[in-house]
Amino acid sequence: MLKFIKYHLSSIGHIEIYPIISFVIFFLFFLGMLLWVIKSDKKFITKMQNLPLEDSVETADEI
Amino acid sequence: MIKSNAPLEHFSYDNSIVRNFAFATMIWGVIGMLVGLTAALQLVWPAMNFGLEFTTFGRIRPLHTNAVIFAFVGNGIFTGVYYSLQRLCKTRMFSDVLSKINFWGWQLIILSAVLTLPLGYTSSKEYAELEWPIDIAITIIWVVFGWNMFATILKRRERHLYVAIWFYIGTFVTVAVLHLVNSFELPISFFKSYSWYAGVQDALVQWWYGHNAVAFFLTTPYLGLMYYFVPKAANRPVYSYRLSIIHFWALIFIYIWAGPHHLLYTALPDWAQSLGVVFSIMLLAPSWGGMINGLLTLRGAWDKVREDVVLKFMVVAITAYGMATFEGPMLSLKNVNAISHFTDWTVAHVHVGGLGWNGFLTFGMLYWLIPRLYRTEIFSKPLANFHFWIGSLGIIFYALPLYWAGFTQSLMWKEFTPEGLLAYPNFLETVTQLKTMYMLRALGGAMYIIGTVTMCYNLFMTAKVGSFLANEAAQAQPLVSKEVQVNEHWHRVIERRPVQLMIFSLIVVLIGGLVEMVPIFLVKSNIPTIASVKPYTSLEIQGRDVYIKEGCNNCHSQIIRPFRSETARYGEYSKAGEFVYDHPHLWGSKRTGPDLHRVGGKYPDSWHFNHMLDPESMSPGSIMPSYPWLFEKDIDTASTADKITAMRTLGVPYPQGYEAQANIDLLKQSEEISGRLTEAGIKNKSQKEIIALIAYLQRLGMDIQVKSQKK
Repeated sequence: MLKFIKYHLSSIGHIEIYPIISFVIFFLFFLGMLLWVIKSDKKFITKMQNLPLEDSVETADEI
Repeated sequence: MIKSNAPLEHFSYDNSIVRNFAFATMIWGVIGMLVGLTAALQLVWPAMNFGLEFTTFGRIRPLHTNAVIFAFVGNGIFTGVYYSLQRLCKTRMFSDVLSKINFWGWQLIILSAVLTLPLGYTSSKEYAELEWPIDIAITIIWVVFGWNMFATILKRRERHLYVAIWFYIGTFVTVAVLHLVNSFELPISFFKSYSWYAGVQDALVQWWYGHNAVAFFLTTPYLGLMYYFVPKAANRPVYSYRLSIIHFWALIFIYIWAGPHHLLYTALPDWAQSLGVVFSIMLLAPSWGGMINGLLTLRGAWDKVREDVVLKFMVVAITAYGMATFEGPMLSLKNVNAISHFTDWTVAHVHVGGLGWNGFLTFGMLYWLIPRLYRTEIFSKPLANFHFWIGSLGIIFYALPLYWAGFTQSLMWKEFTPEGLLAYPNFLETVTQLKTMYMLRALGGAMYIIGTVTMCYNLFMTAKVGSFLANEAAQAQPLVSKEVQVNEHWHRVIERRPVQLMIFSLIVVLIGGLVEMVPIFLVKSNIPTIASVKPYTSLEIQGRDVYIKEGCNNCHSQIIRPFRSETARYGEYSKAGEFVYDHPHLWGSKRTGPDLHRVGGKYPDSWHFNHMLDPESMSPGSIMPSYPWLFEKDIDTASTADKITAMRTLGVPYPQGYEAQANIDLLKQSEEISGRLTEAGIKNKSQKEIIALIAYLQRLGMDIQVKSQKK
């Protein structure tokens, strides 16, 4: 089975460009994420931070 | 935040599934650790295998690793995920039935591992030893888990996904990919298969998998648990939510590339090794970011740590995470790796991570969880504190002797006399030197286990005293189905959409894997072929399968690094082209015994015969076990034809129709070996497994020697 994949992959022209493209995608995504993190709204961050602490359990309830 | 004006909905959280997984974690934890202790004791007293093949080191070492990784930590992951996911999504799990299938399916898989590994059914690939039917079962159960998780996320009542859930999603996707790619194997019978890949390619796939099993099974899901349970236990939010987002993306971006650092100085092409090193060093940043984030969550609450045993366990766990993730990148530097690799240093390293990070975080989580599930206080605080202290001491007693042993052995391997000869030419000298350290290590392990058993007692008693709350009532507002926010940032959009988040993380890990692997598979110059390297004979293939069955690769490597200290000891360093017919590769990762890649022709057949029957007769003081059963069992000639056919399918150039003749050749070669043994005055039978094993051992590394003799 592998040989069928292998044939098509090895016949792709300019295959060396793919790692470079993937690196660029990685890097841009990472930069975008970093920017978003730095710029994100403080209120939103506080809300997110506190999510685990509020689990909506009905405290008085006894089952 | 936009919330609907709809009335509060009432529902309940499923605690039964959490409790089941929690108890499974404890039970398998104790079993997995006891198997580990048995293996550790055998390194000092080989007779601790009780003279049975099923309990011999080569077979129970994989049982230990599989049990602690997939049974103990695996059940720990499910415990934490099933508890936190429901609460973070403010909904019950999507389907109780799927939860139950996940639970019982996983326990059955573990049970099948407990049965098959001691029986010798193994693929020999580290941390993926289970044979193909179990691999398929793992795939099915993993999909059930993913299905249940995603369906739960999709019916959530909280719009935004807390970072812990990202870690769970990343874990699910990556483990699925790793498992599928690494388990590509060709079945020969119900419990025997050959890896689709050979030699260098197999090694690369294996360690891409092996490393990321650590990354995405032992690390990312536990980081998810850390981000949920540490804030819970400390009752304060995580130190920096921003940092946790960077932690997540940086970790999954980088981790997937680091696998080749397990193959430094091997026959893997240099560029791939360097890639592995660079990414491993980069890993320091997100790992320490995460550790600092975890520890600083306790800012202003350190006084609580003194009182609260849960927090104590968590602090040690996070610290161990920091130590292990500092040590990891250091070990992947080539100059450090040259010293550490194949020694006990690696074993110490993984146990700081395993005992410290995974173990202690699990314990912290369980001590927090069980009293809540049973609506009571912990049965005994002094016992929990005792567990904390004996566990911590156990880690130290375990790790320090092994660091010592690792350094000692490596230095002894590399020491030369002024005349330029190896100072310790007999490998055994470098092993017997370590016995005291191995005893201390076993003591450390035993202390750790005593702690774990104490915890089990304490938590079982807690459960007995308390009353279990199977369905915990909760209330929350439903989400509005369609909500449009203007000018929303793209990242926030992804983060609200779990499916997209999954696809993104899938792309990230796929690129990392493909860029490393595709060239190794496609570019011919990466694996130069050697004309004199020929396929194994039918007897050698059978012998190789005996080697695999007995797990010889757990203690013996088959890859000689290009160091003077190694070529002087073992011979010419290993070349990529020598392994092209090795389905699977058997390079190993630890030298408890010497490398065997050039053992062929080093000793007469009679030496191997006597050595396998009683190692101490040839090497006094050896810690290798005896293998008397190989002298009783017949070679499985019924499988020869299928094995030859399978190998040909995988690309090994056996002539068409050779499978019909293979057993004739097998008999001829075994008669020859048997004849030589008889000449040496040894009574033997040619059809026994030992003959096949001798044939294989005598073949190792010979292809290249033939060439140099001709020259």
